[in-house]
Amino acid sequence: MINRYEVNETNQMVERENLDVRTITMGISLLDCIDADLAACEEKIYTKITESAKDLVRTGDEIAQEFGVPIVNKRISVTPIALVGGACCRTTEDFARLACVLDRAAQKVGVNFIGGYSAVVSKGMTPADELLIRSIPLALSRTERVCSSVNVGSTRCGIDMDAVKLMGEVILETAEYTKESDSLGCAKLVVFCNAPDDNPFMAGAFHGVTEADRVINVGVSGPGVVKTALEKVRGKDFEVLCETIKKTAFKVTRVGQLVAKEASRRLGVPFGIVDLSLAPTPAVGDSVADILCEIGLERAGAPGTTAALALLNDQVKKGGVMASSYVGGLSGAFIPVSEDQGMIDAVNAGALTLEKLEAMTCVCSVGLDMIAIPGDTKATTISGIIADEMAIGMVNQKTTAVRLIPVAGKGVGETVEFGGLLGYAPIMPVNPFGCDGFINRGGRIPAPIHSFKN
Amino acid sequence: MKRTIITVVGHDTVGIIARVCTYLAENQINILDISQTIVQEYFNMMMIVDMNHTEKPFGTISEELTKLGEQIGVVIKCQREEIFAQMHRI
Repeated sequence: MINRYEVNETNQMVERENLDVRTITMGISLLDCIDADLAACEEKIYTKITESAKDLVRTGDEIAQEFGVPIVNKRISVTPIALVGGACCRTTEDFARLACVLDRAAQKVGVNFIGGYSAVVSKGMTPADELLIRSIPLALSRTERVCSSVNVGSTRCGIDMDAVKLMGEVILETAEYTKESDSLGCAKLVVFCNAPDDNPFMAGAFHGVTEADRVINVGVSGPGVVKTALEKVRGKDFEVLCETIKKTAFKVTRVGQLVAKEASRRLGVPFGIVDLSLAPTPAVGDSVADILCEIGLERAGAPGTTAALALLNDQVKKGGVMASSYVGGLSGAFIPVSEDQGMIDAVNAGALTLEKLEAMTCVCSVGLDMIAIPGDTKATTISGIIADEMAIGMVNQKTTAVRLIPVAGKGVGETVEFGGLLGYAPIMPVNPFGCDGFINRGGRIPAPIHSFKN
Repeated sequence: MKRTIITVVGHDTVGIIARVCTYLAENQINILDISQTIVQEYFNMMMIVDMNHTEKPFGTISEELTKLGEQIGVVIKCQREEIFAQMHRI
């Protein structure tokens, strides 16, 4: 039978160490909403989302109350809109109308974000893909809750460098379109390599075509819980360190598994995956950088950071895999700068640079995330950064992503404030040397040799 | 059986158990197990209860217990047992 110490440990994790279920995300397929008539397509999308997710927020709140674990966000991911709108959208304005429908549907059911204003163009862009990508600045400036992502590469297909070039321009344009809110639009736009079909976390969530009609995916978090557990094993060797992270990740993931199964049962929607990422928030004590410091670094970014992060990421996965029957999504550790107070402090102290962050992305679960850069950064430079990150993902057979915010009208030394879970960020310097000749070549980078597995 | 864990934490005072138990009895909630300790004047109690026979929904019981806690000056939490079983048992 459960004893008092176990009950106290669980409740302490929630009350003092910021343990929470970060999101319940309902994936909804919109493939059956495709229509040659734009108005009909809009109507079908709105109806499908609002009917599928009408009980999502209430159910999430009920589960949170019954188990005593906060469920911070309820969200929706949908089929990449480039596929859904291809038959009826002829202009960027047409696509932006679909973004507005997603926004209205999200507002109606009470979710804070809806992901899937996306295109998957690992090898090439269809006219619809390209139109959607070109419409992203418009879509993100006209909506509040819509998140957008573009997958421009994969280990199987290589990297679509035309899309990489285009995304550099689109990111800058999005920054300009949303400059009144410190280029907030870019915080809702991710460029991926090897994007997972079942990621519950924003801004990169979309409901892949490999998925069922509807599915419940859950993302758990808990950097604070891992940090507190590690405080008790200071000075111990790596075996003890790894065991501690694994055990903690197991406990955290079990909470996610329970919530996911319960939400799935109550909503009558199949359970997809639990994503066991350590996702920081700007709250004190909810930081991945603080875990790295607890492992023994003076600051995140110091020599040893990549190794410490590799270890952390691997142990989180090992502990989590044992705890859930279906682990998926990104699973590991996120290293967003603006959403992690420890990362912000490391940047301000001069310990953490863009180049070190790039090295860290080789061993963690996502990529260059929520990094503010000067607004006058050239589009080709942004494309170059994207290409580097995509190459890391392609060659290492892992997901990588880029979410850069070139803050319109601001430069190095200034700070940008996004508010809420998105936090604030110091603007980081970018390597001033150009890569125009490389980006302007056009075409695609072939798939790496180890993709030929047939 | 819908087993629920009730935890009560706060400054020790006369009648905490009595008032919590009275509320549970009034709502047909059966107590299966109680363990309690006092550390440095801090009262810490855990109850395992059976909520099968109460007519009120879980949310109402939880809210009423929270209010009762506020009256006594302690924090009362009411959570379904599965959260602890899942986390601490393989």
